[in-house]
Amino acid sequence: MEEMTIGFIGNPNCGKTTLFNDYTGANLKVANWPGVTVEKKEGAMKYHDHIYKLVDLPGTYSLTSYTMEETVSRQYILSNEVDVIVDVADASALERNLYLTLQLIELGKPVILALNMMDIVEERGMEIDLHRLPEMLGIPVVPVSARKKTGLEILIHTAAHHKNKMVGEKIIHHHDNQIHHHKHNHHKQYAMVYSDEIEDKIDTVMEILEKNYPDMSNYRWHAIKVLEKDKEILEKYPADYKDILSQDYEKRIINEKFSFIEEIIGECLVNKSAKEERTDKIDALLTHPILGLPCFLLIMAAVFFFTFTIGDWLKGYFEVFLGWFSESVRTLLTGLHVGAPVISLVVDGIISGVGGILTFLPNIFILFLALALLEDSGYMARVAYVMDSIMGRIGLSGRAFIPMLLGFGCTVPAIMATRTLEHRRDKFKTMIITPFMSCSARLPIYVLFCDMFFEKHAMLAAYSMYLIGVLMAIFVAFIMKLLDKKEDDRMLLIELPEYKSPNAHSISIYVWEKVKDYLTKAGTTIFIASIIMWFVLNFGPGGYTTEMTESFGAMAGRVLVPIFKPTGLGYWQIILALISGIAAKEVVVSSTAVLFGIGNVASKAGMATLSGLLASIGFGALNAYALMVFCLLYIPCAATIATIRRESGSRKFTAGVIVFQLLIAWIMATLVFQIGSLILG
Amino acid sequence: MRLKDGKDGADYEVVTMTLPLDTERRLEVLGLTEGSHVLIMNNKKRGAIIVKIRGSRFALGQKIAENITVKEV
Repeated sequence: MEEMTIGFIGNPNCGKTTLFNDYTGANLKVANWPGVTVEKKEGAMKYHDHIYKLVDLPGTYSLTSYTMEETVSRQYILSNEVDVIVDVADASALERNLYLTLQLIELGKPVILALNMMDIVEERGMEIDLHRLPEMLGIPVVPVSARKKTGLEILIHTAAHHKNKMVGEKIIHHHDNQIHHHKHNHHKQYAMVYSDEIEDKIDTVMEILEKNYPDMSNYRWHAIKVLEKDKEILEKYPADYKDILSQDYEKRIINEKFSFIEEIIGECLVNKSAKEERTDKIDALLTHPILGLPCFLLIMAAVFFFTFTIGDWLKGYFEVFLGWFSESVRTLLTGLHVGAPVISLVVDGIISGVGGILTFLPNIFILFLALALLEDSGYMARVAYVMDSIMGRIGLSGRAFIPMLLGFGCTVPAIMATRTLEHRRDKFKTMIITPFMSCSARLPIYVLFCDMFFEKHAMLAAYSMYLIGVLMAIFVAFIMKLLDKKEDDRMLLIELPEYKSPNAHSISIYVWEKVKDYLTKAGTTIFIASIIMWFVLNFGPGGYTTEMTESFGAMAGRVLVPIFKPTGLGYWQIILALISGIAAKEVVVSSTAVLFGIGNVASKAGMATLSGLLASIGFGALNAYALMVFCLLYIPCAATIATIRRESGSRKFTAGVIVFQLLIAWIMATLVFQIGSLILG
Repeated sequence: MRLKDGKDGADYEVVTMTLPLDTERRLEVLGLTEGSHVLIMNNKKRGAIIVKIRGSRFALGQKIAENITVKEV
């Protein structure tokens, strides 16, 4: 069976991913491009006895070498791995989309233009001359609608037949206002013909390249790139380009491409004056100078409401099931006469560890469903606009607000949401401050200690934690802004796509990918972490022990007592509880209960016993407050660490975050305890 | 005049851009070239501005909008 590779490329928001999903379904292989953290999606399909490998290239506006996405796409297209390029263009914004098309044609590989969103074009009463457009571009043009799934077969059919064809034979156009006297008549060969002056320069560079690099393919494209002073090409093909590099041709090349695009639009786009657009009406409200912010807050409140009410409701059932499951396993293993250490490992270690993380799945599912709806409808870009001036004051782009807000729910999806940030620096900064937003797992700790030590002011004490977290995030972001001298480069530039009703197929694929990601990767890490934690708490110098006080964990806790003394947390039980909290923050509560031998810590009697025991070792209200501050700020749970590691792609950065947060927690708890001790005498 | 001082709903022509090279290139590949038309959709007194460039909407940061000079069409 014949095989063929088709690369999909297009501007952001052109519907490329929807089109790609139409062909492949959820049958995707997601990986990174070699050496970079740019996502690579691959799928396969069968059509008329042929196997087609489809590759989704990153969304990009151009093919220069300014960004990683552009470099990756360009290198891939130039390689021999791909047979045909499908350039997906938003037909309702043809003028801007054609710029990438012209660049692709210049690359010299077989290109097909897929005019997507033709349904919207028709809806608006616009018409595109589908006879003249391919004539002017010299490549086949296929109208499709990814959302309505029309034109899909024709597109693949065209791709199959266009495999070995470069630009078409005759390209008929005449630049109205220019008369060419160039020695070559390029119009027969190339769609994009520049002014005589630029064409002369292209010829000069081509001669130099031909002399220096006799094996090069597509001299014209390389020559244009040299004129644009493309970093990658100049490094790869150094030569004596004489005075050519002293002038800036890039701007003129871009301008001339757009002049040609204007010519195309003038000839091919009929009835340009579109009807009044839906998007303008919606934006009048959602990006309103005064109402925009309240609208955003309302939408976010709704997202939170659904995530935590429906999510927690499902979570409750999950917990009941988990309790039943672990008891059944325990009974089963006991019945099979399996040794106590193994039962303990499976039930207390693995099932409670991994299961504890799985109970968050409903929240995560709903959160990502809501996010997918916001993203697919086109609203997400508006959030960046609405929050930009506020976030700008702490040196972050408006987009960084989304992950921070999600952090109140669960830090794991919040860190995952930093993916949507364009700039790497913004992404890293946001990953540093997001864990300070108090996640729902920290709430049980506040509830327990506030109830025990602050009685009437319990609510206030718990709220103060959220406030400290937010202030800490703002403070750290502000310090980073002061330290970061390149801050001024960060300028908001984001497309606000047309609003559209979300596409169920794309959303289900997006959410499934996220859930799968959470299950597999966080699952494996948690699995290992649970085993390690269980080992630390159940093994001591004497081997397996059911007495936690004799475990390695207890020993480690005792060693760390002097370090924790200034924070008011210099008790080995507390330290051990904090260590166990790295697995998941709410574990601090259960560990404290286990370490002090309290059966039902959430009951009134349990709390009274625990506070009595704590008081007897000198642990009072101030210590409790310091403990809560420490819990708020110290290393996020294992799942968060794993997520930071994965999203940043850097072990060094992850280690840095861990050390930084331990330090911040220690300093803040010490400040609270020492200043508090002075005031209270 | 600066793009930042433009009025909502008015169409302007770009005269010059004085921005860091990579920002300028990013704008140019979106079609915001010298001589191109910009339609202001939403210009708050402070902060980012929403414009329409060659049929697509973009939010431009205040600093970008302050460093583009335009003339009325």
